Amino acid sequence: MDVKITGAILALLARFFSGASIRWIDCQPDTCQRVYFANHTSHLDAVVLWSALPPEVRCLTRPVAAKDYWTAGRLRRYLATRVFNALLIDRTEIKVHQSPVDVMLREIGQTYSLIVFPEGGRTSGEEIGEFKSGLYYLCKKRPDLELIPVHIDNMNRILPRGEVLPVPLLTCITFGPPMWLEAGEPKADFLFRAREAVRRLKEL
Amino acid sequence: MQRTLGLVGGVLVVLAAATLVVQILKRRSDAAIDPAIVETFRRRVRAWWILTAVLAAAWLIGITATVVLFGLMAFWALREFITLTPTRPGDHRTLFWVFFLFTPLQFVLVGLRLYGLYTILIPVYVFLLIPARIAMSGDPKRFLERTAKIQAGILICVYCLSYAPALMTLRIPRGVSDMPWRFLKIEAVAAVPANAAPANPVPANPAPAPAGGESPPEANPEERHPPAGLARSDLDPEAGPRLLFFFILMVQLSDALQYAWAQIPRKHVIVPTIHPTKTWEGLLGGTASVTLIGAALWWATPFEYWVAGLMSAVIALMGFAGSLTMSAIKRDRGVKDYGTLVEGHSGVLDRIDSICFAAPVFFHFTRYYLILKGVLEPIV
Repeated sequence: MDVKITGAILALLARFFSGASIRWIDCQPDTCQRVYFANHTSHLDAVVLWSALPPEVRCLTRPVAAKDYWTAGRLRRYLATRVFNALLIDRTEIKVHQSPVDVMLREIGQTYSLIVFPEGGRTSGEEIGEFKSGLYYLCKKRPDLELIPVHIDNMNRILPRGEVLPVPLLTCITFGPPMWLEAGEPKADFLFRAREAVRRLKEL
Repeated sequence: MQRTLGLVGGVLVVLAAATLVVQILKRRSDAAIDPAIVETFRRRVRAWWILTAVLAAAWLIGITATVVLFGLMAFWALREFITLTPTRPGDHRTLFWVFFLFTPLQFVLVGLRLYGLYTILIPVYVFLLIPARIAMSGDPKRFLERTAKIQAGILICVYCLSYAPALMTLRIPRGVSDMPWRFLKIEAVAAVPANAAPANPVPANPAPAPAGGESPPEANPEERHPPAGLARSDLDPEAGPRLLFFFILMVQLSDALQYAWAQIPRKHVIVPTIHPTKTWEGLLGGTASVTLIGAALWWATPFEYWVAGLMSAVIALMGFAGSLTMSAIKRDRGVKDYGTLVEGHSGVLDRIDSICFAAPVFFHFTRYYLILKGVLEPIV
C-alpha cells in the first residue's frame, strides 16, 4: 500500500518537475502487453516515461534498467525494486543461457509491459544512436508484443550526462503508433525502422 | 476599505458582464462574428477570472502570499523561456543557479522590502556572474549569444515581474493626491528652516533613516518615521494592494482594448513580420481608452485623475512593447505560443508578457510621483 502511495506521489513529482506535456499520436493508453522503446539521454528518462503513463497502465509497466546504477545505494534500490518495479539487468555478467532478453521474457509473463532504451546507453541527445539488437530478439520470441515508439524531448538539457543537479525545463513525451516485427524482416531493417519511428516523433 | 471594495466589486461586475456576453455569443451559432474571435475572447475572460480570484485570495492571506504567487509565476515563465531558448551543456550549472538561487532570492528581497538590493541583484550581480560562470565551463561556442539569452530570460521573467508584487510594498499615505506638489513648493520650503515646518509633528532630531529609507517592516515604529512628517497611522495599508490590483487591471484592459480596437475594418498593421494583429488603430484606440478608464478610476489610486490617466497610458504603451518583444522572440524560435508544449493552452509567459514590461516602469514612475509629493525620500 505504502508502495502504491509512494509511486503515486513520485509520479506526480516527476510530472511537476519535468513539466511534461504528454502526447499520444495515433495511439491510446492500453493495458495490453507492450514494449515502450525510447531514446535515452538522461537517468531520469525511465522515471519520466513511467510517470507519463496513466496509473492503471503504470502499475503493469516495468522499466528495464541497469543493475549497477539502480542498486547503488538504499534509496535507489528501494525505488527501483519496490516503486518502479524495475527489471534490473546485470550489464557486467551477461551469460549465453541467461541473456537479458530471456530474463525480460520470463519476468513479464503474460501481464507486464516493458520500457526499454534500445540505444543501450545514454547519448548526448542531438542524434538518436544506433539501436542494439535486443529489441529484435525480444520481438522475434514474442511477436505478439505491441511496440510503441516514444520520444522524450529535452531531457538531455534537464539532467545531462555527468551532471547531478537538474534544471527544471519542460519536457515533451510523445507516444507514437504501434508497430510489430514483420514476418521474416531482417534484423538491420527492423532496427532501422524502429529508430526512424522514434526520430519521426521528434518532428511531429 | 470602501475604495478597495469599489474597485474589486467593479471588476467582478465587469467580469460577470463579459462572461454573459461570451455565453450569448456562443448561443448564436449563426453569428456574424468569427467563432475564432469568440473563442479567443472566452479564453481571455476565463484567464481574467482566474487572475482575479488568485489575486484576491493572495491579498486576503497577505503580502507574503502575493510575493510567493508572483515568484511561482516567474519560475514557470522562466522555464518556458529557457525551454524554447537553445542552450548548450556548458550552461547547465549556470542555469541551475539562475533557477534555484537567484529567482527565489529576488522575490525574498522584494518580500523583505529591500529596495536597494532587489533593484540591483539581477542587473548587477547576476548579469556579471552569468558570463563568468559560462566561461568557467570552458565552452566558447556562441558565448555572447548564450549569455544574452540567459540574461534576457532572467531579466524579463524574474526581475521585471518582481516589480509587480513590489508595488504592494510601497508606503503610501492617505490622501497623497491632495498633497501639494513638492517641486512647486521648493521656494517655500527653502524659506523656512526644515524643523520649523508647521506641518511636521515629528519630534526634533528624528532618527536618521536607514540607507534608502526602506527598513524592514518589523523595525520599531518609534525609531522609524515615514519621511516628511507622516506618522505611521497616516499610511494607507490598503493603498499598496489596491495599486497592484489597479496595475493588473489596466494591463489586462489595455491588452483587451488593443485587441478590440484592432478589429475595426481599416487596418494598418504596425509590424506584420512580428505580430500580424497589432495595428496602429489598436494601439492608439486602446491606449486612449485605457487612459480614460484609468483617469476615471483615479479614486482607487494614490494619483490625481490626470496622473492616473497618464500612468495608465504608460502601462498601455509598455504592455504593447512587452507583447511585441515576446512575439519577436517567439517568431525567431518558430512557435506561436510559449505554451505550445501543452497543446491548446498558451503558456504563462503569453499571459504575463505585458505585465513584465509594464511593471518596472509603473513602479518607478509611482516612486517618482511619491518623491515629488514629498512622501518618499529620494535616494541620495
